[in-house]
Amino acid sequence: MPKLPAPPLPAPLKTPPPLPGQGNGEAGPLEDAKQAGITVVDWVDERTSLSGAARWLMFRKVPKGTNWFYTLGSATMFAFLNQVVTGVFLAMYYRPEPAGGAYESVRYITNEVFLGQFVRGMHKWGSSVMVVLVFLHMGRTFFFGAYKYPRELNWVIGVVLLILTMVMAFTGYLLPFDQRAFWATTVGVNINGTGPLIGPYLSDFLYGGTEFNATTLSRFYAIHMLIVPGLIAALIGAHLYLVAKLGTTAPPWQKLHKRHELIETEV
Amino acid sequence: MNQREKEEYLHDYAIMKSQGKPFFPYAVAKDAVMACVVMAVIITLSLVFGDELGSKVNAATTSYDARPDWYFFFLFDILRIIRTPSIIQLATIGIPTLCMILLFLLPFYDRGPERRPERRPLATTAGIVTICLMAYLTYQGAHAGTPDALEFATPKAVIENGPAAVEKWNEGRLAIAQSGCEACHTIGDNGNPGPGPNLTHIASRLPETAIARTLVNPTQPMPSYKNLPAKKFNAIVDFLSQLK
Ligand code: HEC
Ligand code: HEM
Repeated sequence: MPKLPAPPLPAPLKTPPPLPGQGNGEAGPLEDAKQAGITVVDWVDERTSLSGAARWLMFRKVPKGTNWFYTLGSATMFAFLNQVVTGVFLAMYYRPEPAGGAYESVRYITNEVFLGQFVRGMHKWGSSVMVVLVFLHMGRTFFFGAYKYPRELNWVIGVVLLILTMVMAFTGYLLPFDQRAFWATTVGVNINGTGPLIGPYLSDFLYGGTEFNATTLSRFYAIHMLIVPGLIAALIGAHLYLVAKLGTTAPPWQKLHKRHELIETEV
Repeated sequence: MNQREKEEYLHDYAIMKSQGKPFFPYAVAKDAVMACVVMAVIITLSLVFGDELGSKVNAATTSYDARPDWYFFFLFDILRIIRTPSIIQLATIGIPTLCMILLFLLPFYDRGPERRPERRPLATTAGIVTICLMAYLTYQGAHAGTPDALEFATPKAVIENGPAAVEKWNEGRLAIAQSGCEACHTIGDNGNPGPGPNLTHIASRLPETAIARTLVNPTQPMPSYKNLPAKKFNAIVDFLSQLK
Protein backbone atom coordinates (compact mmCIF):
# COMPACT_ATOMS: atom_id res chain seq x y z
CA MET A 1 0.00 0.00 0.00
CA PRO A 2 1.41 3.39 -0.93
CA LYS A 3 2.24 5.72 1.91
CA LEU A 4 0.63 9.11 2.09
CA PRO A 5 2.98 11.99 1.45
CA ALA A 6 3.63 14.11 4.56
CA PRO A 7 2.27 17.66 4.32
CA PRO A 8 5.08 20.05 3.34
CA LEU A 9 5.37 21.89 6.67
CA PRO A 10 8.47 23.93 7.52
CA ALA A 11 10.68 22.10 10.03
CA PRO A 12 9.97 24.28 13.13
CA LEU A 13 6.23 23.54 12.83
CA LYS A 14 6.61 19.81 12.87
CA THR A 15 6.11 18.24 16.26
CA PRO A 16 9.08 16.05 17.05
CA PRO A 17 8.21 12.52 18.04
CA PRO A 18 8.65 11.92 21.79
CA LEU A 19 12.04 10.66 22.76
CA PRO A 20 12.14 7.16 24.14
CA GLY A 21 12.10 7.09 27.92
CA GLN A 22 10.36 10.46 28.27
CA GLY A 23 6.88 9.58 29.54
CA ASN A 24 6.18 7.47 32.60
CA GLY A 25 5.03 4.56 30.47
CA GLU A 26 1.32 5.03 31.21
CA ALA A 27 -1.19 6.63 28.86
CA GLY A 28 -2.46 9.95 30.23
CA PRO A 29 -6.02 11.17 29.67
CA LEU A 30 -4.83 13.22 26.67
CA GLU A 31 -3.40 10.20 24.98
CA ASP A 32 -6.50 8.20 25.83
CA ALA A 33 -8.57 10.89 24.12
CA LYS A 34 -6.28 10.83 21.12
CA GLN A 35 -6.64 7.10 21.02
CA ALA A 36 -10.44 7.13 21.28
CA GLY A 37 -11.06 7.79 17.59
CA ILE A 38 -8.79 4.96 16.58
CA THR A 39 -10.44 2.68 19.11
CA VAL A 40 -13.89 3.37 17.69
CA VAL A 41 -12.70 2.82 14.13
CA ASP A 42 -10.99 -0.39 15.20
CA TRP A 43 -14.12 -1.53 16.98
CA VAL A 44 -16.25 -1.00 13.87
CA ASP A 45 -13.63 -2.47 11.59
CA GLU A 46 -13.26 -5.58 13.71
CA ARG A 47 -16.96 -6.22 13.20
CA THR A 48 -17.36 -5.12 9.58
CA SER A 49 -13.94 -5.28 7.90
CA LEU A 50 -14.87 -2.06 6.13
CA SER A 51 -11.35 -0.67 6.16
CA GLY A 52 -10.32 -3.07 3.41
CA ALA A 53 -13.10 -1.77 1.17
CA ALA A 54 -12.24 1.84 1.97
CA ARG A 55 -8.59 1.20 1.20
CA TRP A 56 -9.53 -0.58 -2.02
CA LEU A 57 -11.66 2.39 -3.06
CA MET A 58 -9.42 5.26 -1.97
CA PHE A 59 -5.88 3.99 -2.47
CA ARG A 60 -6.35 2.32 -5.84
CA LYS A 61 -4.03 3.80 -8.39
CA VAL A 62 -5.11 6.10 -11.18
CA PRO A 63 -2.99 6.16 -14.36
CA LYS A 64 -0.80 9.18 -15.02
CA GLY A 65 -2.20 11.91 -17.23
CA THR A 66 -5.79 11.88 -15.97
CA ASN A 67 -6.84 15.49 -16.39
CA TRP A 68 -9.67 17.81 -15.44
CA PHE A 69 -12.03 16.11 -17.87
CA TYR A 70 -11.97 13.16 -15.50
CA THR A 71 -13.64 15.22 -12.79
CA LEU A 72 -16.85 15.61 -14.80
CA GLY A 73 -18.29 12.32 -13.50
CA SER A 74 -17.88 13.23 -9.86
CA ALA A 75 -19.08 16.76 -10.64
CA THR A 76 -22.30 15.22 -11.97
CA MET A 77 -22.58 13.25 -8.76
CA PHE A 78 -22.22 16.44 -6.72
CA ALA A 79 -24.91 18.13 -8.76
CA PHE A 80 -27.11 15.12 -8.01
CA LEU A 81 -26.35 15.37 -4.28
CA ASN A 82 -27.26 19.05 -4.44
CA GLN A 83 -30.62 18.07 -5.95
CA VAL A 84 -31.17 15.50 -3.20
CA VAL A 85 -30.43 17.90 -0.35
CA THR A 86 -32.36 20.89 -1.72
CA GLY A 87 -35.15 18.53 -2.81
CA VAL A 88 -35.57 17.22 0.74
CA PHE A 89 -36.05 20.79 1.98
CA LEU A 90 -38.58 21.56 -0.74
CA ALA A 91 -40.45 18.33 0.10
CA MET A 92 -40.95 19.61 3.64
CA TYR A 93 -43.26 22.33 2.31
CA TYR A 94 -44.55 21.04 -1.01
CA ARG A 95 -48.06 19.57 -1.27
CA PRO A 96 -48.94 17.64 -4.45
CA GLU A 97 -52.59 18.66 -4.54
CA PRO A 98 -53.70 20.04 -7.88
CA ALA A 99 -56.97 21.50 -6.57
CA GLY A 100 -55.51 24.23 -4.42
CA GLY A 101 -52.31 23.20 -2.72
CA ALA A 102 -49.46 22.56 -5.10
CA TYR A 103 -49.24 26.02 -6.60
CA GLU A 104 -49.94 27.71 -3.27
CA SER A 105 -47.31 25.65 -1.45
CA VAL A 106 -44.69 26.58 -4.03
CA ARG A 107 -45.70 30.22 -3.75
CA TYR A 108 -45.37 29.86 0.00
CA ILE A 109 -41.85 28.45 -0.39
CA THR A 110 -40.90 31.30 -2.69
CA ASN A 111 -42.38 34.14 -0.70
CA GLU A 112 -42.56 33.10 2.95
CA VAL A 113 -40.14 30.33 3.88
CA PHE A 114 -36.77 31.45 5.20
CA LEU A 115 -34.31 31.15 2.28
CA GLY A 116 -37.08 29.35 0.39
CA GLN A 117 -36.52 31.21 -2.82
CA PHE A 118 -32.80 30.53 -2.60
CA VAL A 119 -33.21 26.78 -2.06
CA ARG A 120 -35.82 26.50 -4.77
CA GLY A 121 -33.52 28.42 -7.09
CA MET A 122 -30.69 26.05 -6.28
CA HIS A 123 -32.90 23.07 -7.07
CA LYS A 124 -34.16 24.59 -10.30
CA TRP A 125 -30.77 25.72 -11.57
CA GLY A 126 -29.08 22.65 -10.18
CA SER A 127 -31.18 20.56 -12.55
CA SER A 128 -29.84 22.49 -15.54
CA VAL A 129 -26.29 22.18 -14.24
CA MET A 130 -26.71 18.44 -13.75
CA VAL A 131 -28.07 17.93 -17.27
CA VAL A 132 -25.14 19.89 -18.72
CA LEU A 133 -22.65 17.92 -16.66
CA VAL A 134 -24.12 14.53 -17.62
CA PHE A 135 -23.75 15.42 -21.28
CA LEU A 136 -20.21 16.72 -20.82
CA HIS A 137 -19.24 13.60 -18.90
CA MET A 138 -20.76 11.44 -21.61
CA GLY A 139 -18.85 13.42 -24.22
CA ARG A 140 -15.61 12.84 -22.31
CA THR A 141 -16.10 9.08 -22.11
CA PHE A 142 -17.13 9.03 -25.76
CA PHE A 143 -14.20 10.95 -27.20
CA PHE A 144 -11.70 9.16 -24.95
CA GLY A 145 -13.01 5.79 -26.09
CA ALA A 146 -13.65 4.94 -22.45
CA TYR A 147 -16.70 2.83 -23.40
CA LYS A 148 -14.55 0.17 -25.05
CA TYR A 149 -13.51 -3.16 -23.60
CA PRO A 150 -13.69 -3.80 -20.66
CA ARG A 151 -15.98 -0.87 -19.74
CA GLU A 152 -18.96 -1.57 -22.00
CA LEU A 153 -21.28 -2.25 -19.11
CA ASN A 154 -20.39 1.01 -17.43
CA TRP A 155 -21.41 2.85 -20.58
CA VAL A 156 -24.77 1.05 -20.62
CA ILE A 157 -25.37 1.97 -16.97
CA GLY A 158 -24.39 5.52 -17.92
CA VAL A 159 -27.02 5.70 -20.65
CA VAL A 160 -29.67 4.54 -18.16
CA LEU A 161 -28.49 7.30 -15.80
CA LEU A 162 -28.78 9.81 -18.64
CA ILE A 163 -32.37 8.76 -19.35
CA LEU A 164 -33.27 8.83 -15.66
CA THR A 165 -31.79 12.31 -15.35
CA MET A 166 -34.00 13.48 -18.20
CA VAL A 167 -37.01 11.80 -16.53
CA MET A 168 -36.24 13.80 -13.39
CA ALA A 169 -36.14 16.98 -15.42
CA PHE A 170 -39.44 16.19 -17.14
CA THR A 171 -41.38 15.17 -14.03
CA GLY A 172 -39.98 18.01 -11.92
CA TYR A 173 -41.14 20.61 -14.41
CA LEU A 174 -44.81 19.95 -13.64
CA LEU A 175 -44.58 20.22 -9.87
CA PRO A 176 -44.77 24.05 -9.43
CA PHE A 177 -48.08 23.68 -11.26
CA ASP A 178 -48.08 27.03 -12.95
CA GLN A 179 -49.29 27.64 -16.47
CA ARG A 180 -45.99 26.88 -18.10
CA ALA A 181 -45.61 23.64 -16.15
CA PHE A 182 -49.09 22.44 -16.93
CA TRP A 183 -49.03 23.09 -20.65
CA ALA A 184 -45.52 21.82 -21.22
CA THR A 185 -46.45 18.61 -19.44
CA THR A 186 -49.75 18.21 -21.26
CA VAL A 187 -47.98 18.54 -24.57
CA GLY A 188 -45.14 16.25 -23.44
CA VAL A 189 -47.39 13.46 -22.24
CA ASN A 190 -49.60 13.72 -25.31
CA ILE A 191 -46.52 13.30 -27.48
CA ASN A 192 -45.67 10.16 -25.51
CA GLY A 193 -49.19 9.00 -26.17
CA THR A 194 -48.71 9.08 -29.95
CA GLY A 195 -45.91 6.54 -29.73
CA PRO A 196 -46.34 3.08 -31.22
CA LEU A 197 -47.31 0.09 -29.03
CA ILE A 198 -46.56 1.35 -25.54
CA GLY A 199 -47.25 5.03 -26.28
CA PRO A 200 -50.87 5.09 -25.10
CA TYR A 201 -50.06 2.96 -22.04
CA LEU A 202 -47.22 5.28 -21.14
CA SER A 203 -49.38 8.37 -21.32
CA ASP A 204 -52.18 6.63 -19.36
CA PHE A 205 -49.62 5.64 -16.73
CA LEU A 206 -48.24 9.16 -16.44
CA TYR A 207 -51.66 10.78 -16.31
CA GLY A 208 -53.08 8.12 -14.03
CA GLY A 209 -56.05 8.04 -16.40
CA THR A 210 -56.77 9.09 -19.93
CA GLU A 211 -56.26 12.78 -19.33
CA PHE A 212 -54.87 15.25 -16.84
CA ASN A 213 -56.63 14.65 -13.53
CA ALA A 214 -56.21 14.80 -9.78
CA THR A 215 -53.84 11.81 -9.56
CA THR A 216 -51.53 13.04 -12.30
CA LEU A 217 -49.71 15.46 -10.05
CA SER A 218 -49.20 13.02 -7.17
CA ARG A 219 -48.04 10.42 -9.66
CA PHE A 220 -45.43 12.79 -11.07
CA TYR A 221 -44.43 13.68 -7.53
CA ALA A 222 -43.91 10.05 -6.51
CA ILE A 223 -41.88 9.38 -9.64
CA HIS A 224 -39.87 12.53 -9.14
CA MET A 225 -39.01 12.24 -5.47
CA LEU A 226 -39.07 8.51 -4.72
CA ILE A 227 -38.76 6.12 -7.64
CA VAL A 228 -36.27 7.78 -9.93
CA PRO A 229 -33.90 9.24 -7.30
CA GLY A 230 -33.70 5.80 -5.68
CA LEU A 231 -32.87 4.23 -9.02
CA ILE A 232 -30.30 6.91 -9.79
CA ALA A 233 -28.59 6.49 -6.41
CA ALA A 234 -28.42 2.72 -6.84
CA LEU A 235 -27.10 2.98 -10.37
CA ILE A 236 -24.48 5.56 -9.40
CA GLY A 237 -23.32 3.00 -6.85
CA ALA A 238 -23.01 0.33 -9.53
CA HIS A 239 -21.35 2.81 -11.90
CA LEU A 240 -18.72 3.77 -9.32
CA TYR A 241 -18.15 0.17 -8.28
CA LEU A 242 -17.28 -0.65 -11.87
CA VAL A 243 -15.00 2.38 -12.14
CA ALA A 244 -13.09 1.28 -9.05
CA LYS A 245 -13.06 -2.35 -10.12
CA LEU A 246 -11.89 -1.79 -13.69
CA GLY A 247 -9.81 1.28 -13.02
CA THR A 248 -10.07 4.70 -14.63
CA THR A 249 -8.94 4.73 -18.25
CA ALA A 250 -5.63 6.30 -19.09
CA PRO A 251 -6.06 9.19 -21.55
CA PRO A 252 -5.89 7.70 -25.06
CA TRP A 253 -2.70 9.60 -25.86
CA GLN A 254 -0.86 8.36 -22.81
CA LYS A 255 2.30 6.42 -23.79
CA LEU A 256 3.73 3.52 -21.87
CA HIS A 257 6.92 5.03 -20.52
CA LYS A 258 8.92 2.01 -19.62
CA ARG A 259 7.88 -1.54 -20.09
CA HIS A 260 8.64 -3.02 -16.77
CA GLU A 261 7.65 -6.40 -15.52
CA LEU A 262 4.46 -6.31 -13.57
CA ILE A 263 4.79 -6.92 -9.88
CA GLU A 264 1.78 -8.75 -8.56
CA THR A 265 1.25 -6.49 -5.55
CA GLU A 266 1.30 -3.34 -7.63
CA VAL A 267 -1.64 -4.20 -9.84
CA MET B 1 -11.17 -6.32 -30.41
CA ASN B 2 -10.03 -9.88 -30.60
CA GLN B 3 -8.69 -11.89 -27.70
CA ARG B 4 -5.10 -10.84 -28.30
CA GLU B 5 -5.95 -7.16 -28.42
CA LYS B 6 -7.98 -7.50 -25.25
CA GLU B 7 -5.13 -9.10 -23.35
CA GLU B 8 -2.70 -6.56 -24.72
CA TYR B 9 -4.93 -3.77 -23.52
CA LEU B 10 -5.34 -5.25 -20.07
CA HIS B 11 -1.59 -5.78 -19.80
CA ASP B 12 -0.64 -2.27 -20.91
CA TYR B 13 -3.34 -0.81 -18.73
CA ALA B 14 -2.12 -2.70 -15.69
CA ILE B 15 1.35 -1.25 -16.19
CA MET B 16 0.04 2.28 -16.65
CA LYS B 17 -2.09 1.89 -13.56
CA SER B 18 0.80 0.58 -11.48
CA GLN B 19 2.83 3.62 -12.54
CA GLY B 20 0.03 5.98 -11.59
CA LYS B 21 -0.75 7.87 -8.44
CA PRO B 22 -3.17 6.87 -5.67
CA PHE B 23 -6.76 8.05 -6.08
CA PHE B 24 -6.60 9.60 -2.63
CA PRO B 25 -5.47 12.34 -2.32
CA TYR B 26 -4.54 13.21 -5.91
CA ALA B 27 -7.77 12.56 -7.82
CA VAL B 28 -9.88 13.38 -4.77
CA ALA B 29 -8.30 16.83 -4.56
CA LYS B 30 -9.22 17.62 -8.17
CA ASP B 31 -12.73 16.27 -7.67
CA ALA B 32 -13.11 18.43 -4.57
CA VAL B 33 -12.06 21.56 -6.45
CA MET B 34 -14.54 20.70 -9.20
CA ALA B 35 -17.29 20.08 -6.63
CA CYS B 36 -16.68 23.56 -5.21
CA VAL B 37 -16.90 25.04 -8.70
CA VAL B 38 -20.20 23.23 -9.33
CA MET B 39 -21.68 24.44 -6.06
CA ALA B 40 -20.46 27.98 -6.70
CA VAL B 41 -22.09 27.98 -10.15
CA ILE B 42 -25.39 26.66 -8.79
CA ILE B 43 -25.45 29.17 -5.92
CA THR B 44 -24.59 32.04 -8.26
CA LEU B 45 -27.31 31.06 -10.71
CA SER B 46 -29.80 30.81 -7.87
CA LEU B 47 -28.82 34.20 -6.45
CA VAL B 48 -28.79 35.97 -9.79
CA PHE B 49 -31.82 34.42 -11.47
CA GLY B 50 -33.73 33.13 -8.45
CA ASP B 51 -36.72 30.95 -9.02
CA GLU B 52 -39.78 31.89 -10.93
CA LEU B 53 -43.39 30.96 -10.61
CA GLY B 54 -45.83 31.79 -13.37
CA SER B 55 -49.53 32.24 -12.92
CA LYS B 56 -51.63 29.43 -11.57
CA VAL B 57 -52.82 26.60 -13.81
CA ASN B 58 -55.96 27.30 -15.72
CA ALA B 59 -56.91 24.55 -18.12
CA ALA B 60 -59.25 26.81 -20.10
CA THR B 61 -56.59 29.43 -20.31
CA THR B 62 -56.41 32.39 -22.59
CA SER B 63 -52.65 32.69 -22.70
CA TYR B 64 -49.91 30.25 -21.96
CA ASP B 65 -46.53 29.13 -23.14
CA ALA B 66 -46.32 25.40 -23.84
CA ARG B 67 -42.58 25.23 -23.76
CA PRO B 68 -40.51 22.62 -22.03
CA ASP B 69 -37.40 23.53 -20.10
CA TRP B 70 -34.45 24.31 -22.35
CA TYR B 71 -32.92 20.86 -22.28
CA PHE B 72 -35.90 19.47 -24.14
CA PHE B 73 -35.82 22.13 -26.84
CA PHE B 74 -34.02 19.81 -29.22
CA LEU B 75 -36.83 17.25 -28.99
CA PHE B 76 -39.41 19.99 -29.22
CA ASP B 77 -37.83 21.30 -32.39
CA ILE B 78 -37.89 17.94 -34.16
CA LEU B 79 -41.65 18.26 -33.81
CA ARG B 80 -41.58 21.65 -35.37
CA ILE B 81 -39.46 20.59 -38.34
CA ILE B 82 -41.27 17.41 -39.27
CA ARG B 83 -44.87 18.20 -40.00
CA THR B 84 -46.02 15.61 -42.52
CA PRO B 85 -48.78 13.75 -40.64
CA SER B 86 -47.81 10.35 -42.00
CA ILE B 87 -44.34 10.51 -40.46
CA ILE B 88 -45.10 12.50 -37.35
CA GLN B 89 -44.87 9.41 -35.17
CA LEU B 90 -41.44 8.87 -36.60
CA ALA B 91 -40.46 12.34 -35.50
CA THR B 92 -41.86 12.32 -32.02
CA ILE B 93 -41.06 8.80 -30.94
CA GLY B 94 -39.07 7.10 -33.67
CA ILE B 95 -36.07 9.41 -33.87
CA PRO B 96 -35.45 9.69 -30.12
CA THR B 97 -35.94 5.93 -29.67
CA LEU B 98 -33.54 5.17 -32.48
CA CYS B 99 -30.94 7.55 -31.03
CA MET B 100 -31.31 5.93 -27.62
CA ILE B 101 -30.82 2.44 -29.05
CA LEU B 102 -27.75 3.59 -30.98
CA LEU B 103 -26.39 5.16 -27.80
CA PHE B 104 -27.04 2.05 -25.70
CA LEU B 105 -25.39 -0.27 -28.17
CA LEU B 106 -22.40 1.94 -28.95
CA PRO B 107 -19.79 -0.26 -27.21
CA PHE B 108 -21.18 -3.29 -29.02
CA TYR B 109 -20.85 -2.04 -32.58
CA ASP B 110 -17.79 0.15 -32.12
CA ARG B 111 -15.36 -2.50 -30.97
CA GLY B 112 -12.07 -1.43 -32.50
CA PRO B 113 -9.08 -1.34 -30.16
CA GLU B 114 -8.16 2.25 -31.07
CA ARG B 115 -9.00 4.89 -28.46
CA ARG B 116 -7.39 8.06 -29.80
CA PRO B 117 -10.15 10.32 -31.22
CA GLU B 118 -8.02 11.40 -34.19
CA ARG B 119 -7.62 7.76 -35.21
CA ARG B 120 -11.32 7.02 -34.96
CA PRO B 121 -12.46 9.43 -37.69
CA LEU B 122 -15.91 7.91 -38.05
CA ALA B 123 -16.75 7.92 -34.34
CA THR B 124 -15.27 11.37 -33.77
CA THR B 125 -17.07 12.88 -36.75
CA ALA B 126 -20.35 11.27 -35.70
CA GLY B 127 -19.88 12.66 -32.19
CA ILE B 128 -19.14 16.18 -33.38
CA VAL B 129 -22.02 16.15 -35.87
CA THR B 130 -24.39 14.98 -33.13
CA ILE B 131 -23.24 17.77 -30.82
CA CYS B 132 -23.65 20.40 -33.55
CA LEU B 133 -27.07 19.04 -34.47
CA MET B 134 -28.29 19.12 -30.90
CA ALA B 135 -26.88 22.59 -30.37
CA TYR B 136 -28.60 23.75 -33.57
CA LEU B 137 -31.94 22.17 -32.63
CA THR B 138 -31.73 23.63 -29.12
CA TYR B 139 -31.01 27.06 -30.56
CA GLN B 140 -33.86 26.74 -33.04
CA GLY B 141 -36.20 25.48 -30.34
CA ALA B 142 -35.30 28.48 -28.21
CA HIS B 143 -35.83 31.00 -30.97
CA ALA B 144 -38.68 29.67 -33.04
CA GLY B 145 -41.91 31.47 -32.25
CA THR B 146 -43.63 30.22 -29.15
CA PRO B 147 -46.73 28.16 -29.75
CA ASP B 148 -48.77 31.22 -28.90
CA ALA B 149 -47.71 32.92 -32.10
CA LEU B 150 -49.67 31.94 -35.17
CA GLU B 151 -48.10 32.47 -38.57
CA PHE B 152 -50.56 32.06 -41.37
CA ALA B 153 -50.72 33.71 -44.79
CA THR B 154 -53.95 35.65 -45.23
CA PRO B 155 -56.11 33.82 -47.80
CA LYS B 156 -56.91 35.58 -51.08
CA ALA B 157 -60.64 35.45 -50.42
CA VAL B 158 -60.17 37.50 -47.27
CA ILE B 159 -57.93 40.10 -48.95
CA GLU B 160 -60.48 40.55 -51.71
CA ASN B 161 -63.11 41.49 -49.12
CA GLY B 162 -61.20 44.63 -48.21
CA PRO B 163 -59.12 45.86 -45.27
CA ALA B 164 -61.90 45.44 -42.70
CA ALA B 165 -62.07 41.72 -43.42
CA VAL B 166 -58.29 41.42 -43.18
CA GLU B 167 -58.34 43.17 -39.83
CA LYS B 168 -61.02 40.85 -38.51
CA TRP B 169 -59.02 37.91 -39.78
CA ASN B 170 -55.94 39.11 -37.93
CA GLU B 171 -57.99 39.61 -34.77
CA GLY B 172 -59.05 35.97 -34.97
CA ARG B 173 -55.48 34.89 -35.62
CA LEU B 174 -54.36 36.67 -32.48
CA ALA B 175 -57.24 35.34 -30.39
CA ILE B 176 -56.43 31.75 -31.40
CA ALA B 177 -52.78 32.32 -30.64
CA GLN B 178 -53.67 33.59 -27.18
CA SER B 179 -56.20 30.89 -26.40
CA GLY B 180 -53.93 27.91 -26.29
CA CYS B 181 -55.49 26.02 -29.21
CA GLU B 182 -52.02 25.23 -30.52
CA ALA B 183 -51.28 23.08 -27.49
CA CYS B 184 -53.53 20.46 -29.09
CA HIS B 185 -54.05 21.46 -32.73
CA THR B 186 -51.93 22.07 -35.76
CA ILE B 187 -52.82 25.13 -37.82
CA GLY B 188 -50.66 25.48 -40.90
CA ASP B 189 -47.06 25.27 -39.69
CA ASN B 190 -47.97 26.09 -36.11
CA GLY B 191 -48.97 24.15 -33.04
CA ASN B 192 -48.70 20.58 -31.88
CA PRO B 193 -49.72 17.45 -33.75
CA GLY B 194 -52.15 16.20 -31.13
CA PRO B 195 -54.36 15.30 -29.42
CA GLY B 196 -56.77 17.43 -31.46
CA PRO B 197 -57.21 17.14 -35.24
CA ASN B 198 -55.39 19.37 -37.69
CA LEU B 199 -57.36 22.58 -38.21
CA THR B 200 -55.57 23.83 -41.32
CA HIS B 201 -58.57 23.02 -43.56
CA ILE B 202 -61.24 22.88 -40.91
CA ALA B 203 -63.74 24.99 -42.88
CA SER B 204 -63.90 22.43 -45.66
CA ARG B 205 -65.02 19.91 -43.04
CA LEU B 206 -67.18 21.89 -40.65
CA PRO B 207 -69.59 24.79 -41.34
CA GLU B 208 -69.28 27.95 -39.26
CA THR B 209 -72.13 27.02 -36.90
CA ALA B 210 -70.62 23.61 -36.19
CA ILE B 211 -67.29 25.22 -35.34
CA ALA B 212 -69.00 27.55 -32.90
CA ARG B 213 -70.87 24.59 -31.40
CA THR B 214 -67.60 22.70 -30.95
CA LEU B 215 -66.07 25.61 -29.09
CA VAL B 216 -69.01 25.91 -26.73
CA ASN B 217 -69.60 22.23 -26.21
CA PRO B 218 -66.50 20.26 -27.17
CA THR B 219 -65.63 16.62 -26.63
CA GLN B 220 -63.07 15.93 -23.92
CA PRO B 221 -60.18 16.69 -23.57
CA MET B 222 -60.81 19.96 -25.38
CA PRO B 223 -61.91 22.58 -22.86
CA SER B 224 -65.02 24.64 -23.47
CA TYR B 225 -64.46 28.21 -24.62
CA LYS B 226 -67.96 29.48 -23.99
CA ASN B 227 -66.64 31.90 -21.37
CA LEU B 228 -64.44 33.79 -23.79
CA PRO B 229 -65.44 37.42 -24.46
CA ALA B 230 -67.96 37.44 -27.32
CA LYS B 231 -65.67 39.52 -29.54
CA LYS B 232 -62.83 37.07 -29.21
CA PHE B 233 -65.09 34.09 -29.64
CA ASN B 234 -66.60 35.47 -32.84
CA ALA B 235 -63.19 36.36 -34.18
CA ILE B 236 -62.00 32.80 -33.63
CA VAL B 237 -65.05 31.29 -35.33
CA ASP B 238 -64.71 33.73 -38.19
CA PHE B 239 -61.02 32.93 -38.59
CA LEU B 240 -61.56 29.17 -38.60
CA SER B 241 -64.43 29.34 -41.06
CA GLN B 242 -62.04 30.89 -43.60
CA LEU B 243 -59.64 27.96 -43.46
CA LYS B 244 -60.81 26.09 -46.54
C1 HEC C 1 -56.62 20.24 -24.46
C2 HEC C 1 -56.50 20.11 -25.88
C3 HEC C 1 -57.31 21.05 -26.80
C4 HEC C 1 -57.33 22.43 -26.80
C5 HEC C 1 -56.57 23.36 -25.89
C6 HEC C 1 -58.18 22.80 -27.89
N1 HEC C 1 -58.68 21.70 -28.50
FE1 HEC C 1 -59.93 21.68 -30.09
N2 HEC C 1 -60.05 19.68 -30.00
C7 HEC C 1 -59.30 18.86 -29.14
C8 HEC C 1 -59.64 17.47 -29.42
C9 HEC C 1 -59.02 16.26 -28.70
C10 HEC C 1 -60.59 17.47 -30.44
C11 HEC C 1 -61.25 16.28 -31.07
C12 HEC C 1 -62.56 16.04 -30.36
C13 HEC C 1 -63.40 15.05 -31.08
O1 HEC C 1 -62.82 14.25 -31.83
O2 HEC C 1 -64.60 15.11 -30.91
C14 HEC C 1 -60.82 18.86 -30.80
C15 HEC C 1 -61.70 19.27 -31.79
C16 HEC C 1 -61.79 20.57 -32.26
C17 HEC C 1 -62.57 21.00 -33.38
C18 HEC C 1 -63.39 20.08 -34.27
C19 HEC C 1 -62.44 19.50 -35.28
C20 HEC C 1 -63.09 18.47 -36.17
O3 HEC C 1 -62.40 18.12 -37.13
O4 HEC C 1 -64.17 18.00 -35.84
C21 HEC C 1 -62.39 22.34 -33.53
C22 HEC C 1 -63.00 23.25 -34.58
C23 HEC C 1 -61.51 22.76 -32.47
N3 HEC C 1 -61.16 21.67 -31.72
C24 HEC C 1 -61.11 24.08 -32.28
C25 HEC C 1 -60.34 24.48 -31.21
C26 HEC C 1 -60.02 25.86 -30.94
C27 HEC C 1 -60.42 27.04 -31.82
C28 HEC C 1 -59.29 25.87 -29.82
C29 HEC C 1 -58.71 27.11 -29.10
C30 HEC C 1 -59.62 28.14 -28.78
C31 HEC C 1 -59.11 24.50 -29.38
N4 HEC C 1 -59.78 23.69 -30.23
C32 HEC C 1 -58.42 24.13 -28.23
C33 HEC C 1 -58.42 19.28 -28.17
C34 HEC C 1 -58.18 20.61 -27.86
C1 HEM D 1 -26.05 10.57 -13.07
C2 HEM D 1 -25.14 10.57 -13.97
C3 HEM D 1 -23.70 10.04 -13.85
C4 HEM D 1 -22.85 10.06 -12.76
C5 HEM D 1 -23.11 10.59 -11.38
C6 HEM D 1 -21.60 9.46 -13.21
C7 HEM D 1 -20.45 9.32 -12.41
C8 HEM D 1 -19.24 8.83 -12.86
C9 HEM D 1 -17.99 8.92 -12.15
C10 HEM D 1 -17.79 9.59 -10.79
C11 HEM D 1 -17.02 8.30 -12.92
C12 HEM D 1 -15.52 8.17 -12.61
C13 HEM D 1 -14.78 9.47 -12.89
C14 HEM D 1 -14.84 9.91 -14.35
O1 HEM D 1 -14.33 9.19 -15.23
O2 HEM D 1 -15.40 10.99 -14.61
C15 HEM D 1 -17.68 7.79 -14.10
C16 HEM D 1 -17.04 7.08 -15.11
C17 HEM D 1 -17.67 6.65 -16.30
N1 HEM D 1 -18.94 7.01 -16.74
FE1 HEM D 1 -20.29 8.01 -15.63
N2 HEM D 1 -21.72 9.08 -14.53
C18 HEM D 1 -22.98 9.43 -14.96
C19 HEM D 1 -23.50 9.26 -16.23
C20 HEM D 1 -22.83 8.62 -17.28
C21 HEM D 1 -23.29 8.60 -18.65
C22 HEM D 1 -24.55 9.28 -19.18
C23 HEM D 1 -22.36 7.84 -19.37
C24 HEM D 1 -22.36 7.48 -20.84
C25 HEM D 1 -23.38 7.11 -21.48
C26 HEM D 1 -21.34 7.41 -18.44
C27 HEM D 1 -20.25 6.60 -18.77
C28 HEM D 1 -19.14 6.42 -17.98
C29 HEM D 1 -17.98 5.62 -18.34
C30 HEM D 1 -17.80 4.79 -19.64
C31 HEM D 1 -17.05 5.75 -17.29
C32 HEM D 1 -15.65 5.13 -17.20
C33 HEM D 1 -14.69 6.19 -17.62
C34 HEM D 1 -13.25 5.81 -17.45
O3 HEM D 1 -12.97 4.80 -16.78
O4 HEM D 1 -12.42 6.55 -17.99
N3 HEM D 1 -21.64 7.93 -17.19
N4 HEM D 1 -19.03 8.14 -14.04
